[in-house]
Amino acid sequence: MLLITCPHCGPRAEIEFRCGGEGHIARPGPHDAVSDAEWADYLFYRTNPKGEHRERWLHSAGCGQWFNVARDTMTHQISAVYPMGETLPEASPAKEAAR
Amino acid sequence: MTRHYSALSLLREGLNGQRGWQPAWQDADPKPRYDAIVIGGGGHGLATAYYLAKNHGITNVALIERGWIGGGNTGRNTTIIRSNYFFPETAAFFEFALKLYEDLSRELNYNIMFSQRGMWMLGHDRHGMEMLRRSANAMRLNGIDAELHNEAGVRAEIPGLNDSPRFPILGGLNQPRGGSARHDAVAWGYARAASALGVDIIQNCEVQGFLIEDGHVRGVETSRGTIRSECVGMAVAGHSTVVAEKAGVRLPISSYALQAFVSEPVKPCLDTVLLSPATGTYLSQSDKGELVIGAGLDLYLSYAQRGNLPWMERAAAGVIELFPAFSRMRFLRQWAGICDVVHDSTPIIGATDLGGFYVNCGWGTGGFKAIPAGGWCLAHAMATGASHPLASAFSLDRFRTGALIDEASASGIAH
Ligand SMILES: Cc1cc2nc3c(=O)[nH]c(=O)nc-3n(C[C@H](O)[C@H](O)[C@H](O)COP(=O)(O)OP(=O)(O)OC[C@H]3O[C@@H](n4cnc5c(N)ncnc54)[C@H](O)[C@@H]3O)c2cc1C
Ligand SMILES: [Zn+2]
Repeated sequence: MLLITCPHCGPRAEIEFRCGGEGHIARPGPHDAVSDAEWADYLFYRTNPKGEHRERWLHSAGCGQWFNVARDTMTHQISAVYPMGETLPEASPAKEAAR
Repeated sequence: MTRHYSALSLLREGLNGQRGWQPAWQDADPKPRYDAIVIGGGGHGLATAYYLAKNHGITNVALIERGWIGGGNTGRNTTIIRSNYFFPETAAFFEFALKLYEDLSRELNYNIMFSQRGMWMLGHDRHGMEMLRRSANAMRLNGIDAELHNEAGVRAEIPGLNDSPRFPILGGLNQPRGGSARHDAVAWGYARAASALGVDIIQNCEVQGFLIEDGHVRGVETSRGTIRSECVGMAVAGHSTVVAEKAGVRLPISSYALQAFVSEPVKPCLDTVLLSPATGTYLSQSDKGELVIGAGLDLYLSYAQRGNLPWMERAAAGVIELFPAFSRMRFLRQWAGICDVVHDSTPIIGATDLGGFYVNCGWGTGGFKAIPAGGWCLAHAMATGASHPLASAFSLDRFRTGALIDEASASGIAH
């Protein structure tokens, strides 16, 4: 079971959360200039790494806020939690590991 | 030396001290070149290799498995076989698989212990019953056996159901020809039959890269050296994106863990397969007497083959809600497999943008029942270069054209 540290409420059990999948996805546009392949990519194609993954989580049974998480899909180790709208913090272990 | 299994050969070997049996399949070392390579020694890969040899006469085939054959999801699933899908394309495909299963023990000369004990889906509220009625009608229109029962009908067929459940049992949909089979036996049976036709089954050999020239695959790099072929098929279940990425092919797949567990063995008490969407439960009883219980998919990407406790608890609660008498039973073991999930819960079978590279993936939580048809259609694509009519709608291109076959919403499939 995951222990996830909500930036607003602190560490809580996995069952309080909902995972919203890959983070940092930008909708392509302008809409009439986007090819079918690009729409398919945006709608159906996701990164699916065996290793570090950036994803969004919702503290649905708590404060109701979304936030970003960097998590390893093999070990479930969470290396960073950071607010929506921000990129992975420079000092995070995930960033270090990527170097 | 005894190869063929029969009452006579059993008797002869019994009198002989069982010393004359041959290994079921030959564990081969890789040769430098093959006419075709199949990556992944699960049911789909093994069936592909078998049908390449049997249906298409292509016997110079390497089946490459990273670990041991049947050690992936084929050896980890809850073994349920059914064809209760909604759309004509999927119904025809899974019904074809079911029909092949019905004859598989004879065809492979290997007892896969296919038991058509029926597959029940329970309805717990008005909407659930409407879905079941719609499913039953769709199945019959597709020529597939389906029976709709009221509460009394369900209780007459399935003893032990809770008398006053929190989720009332209003009725159920039974597919009488559904059931289960011994999962290892499906892998071993195909391996044995493929090996007998000349296929090299190469275990402990991981595909680590691809040889590509002029947009066409020329072979694979493995932990046991380079193996060349102009025709490569991939059936690696939960690792589809990881392996395809090495060939520069991107797939619309996400990997999630699905877990199952078994109870201690008890006397026969449940002679059918049961699914209850409202309580999140599916279970059956194995021939050994264990209750085989499946839980839901993890809610986040995972390559950890272990699953998690909250889902296990939820599944157990669902079982006890349906069958209070099971509440004192102990879990014997728990495990998980990694499932490749696509948005419309329909598989992907056929060609990719890389010449000579074919895929069989996207089975989500339900590809065991598909093994004979999945292997049949991947072998067809590899041998002929064209999609088999049963799988032509299952192309990778549907995500671009929008011709999805949305079984996720149509038949309430969880993945
Ligand atoms: C808990 C659970 C319950 C399930 N219940 C059911 C059910 O009741 N009914 C049903 O129809 N389906 C069920 N499924 C789904 C079903 O098990 C799968 O869809 C099916 O087994 C997939 O078969 P496969 O041959 O594609 O994959 P697998 O059997 O997983 O085989 C793929 C193989 O590829 C190998 N491989 C991976 N990477 C490499 C590499 N780089 N090089 C070489 N080899 C590699 C793996 O080691 C593995 O052996 C369940 C799955 C799980 C996990
Ligand atoms: Zn919170």
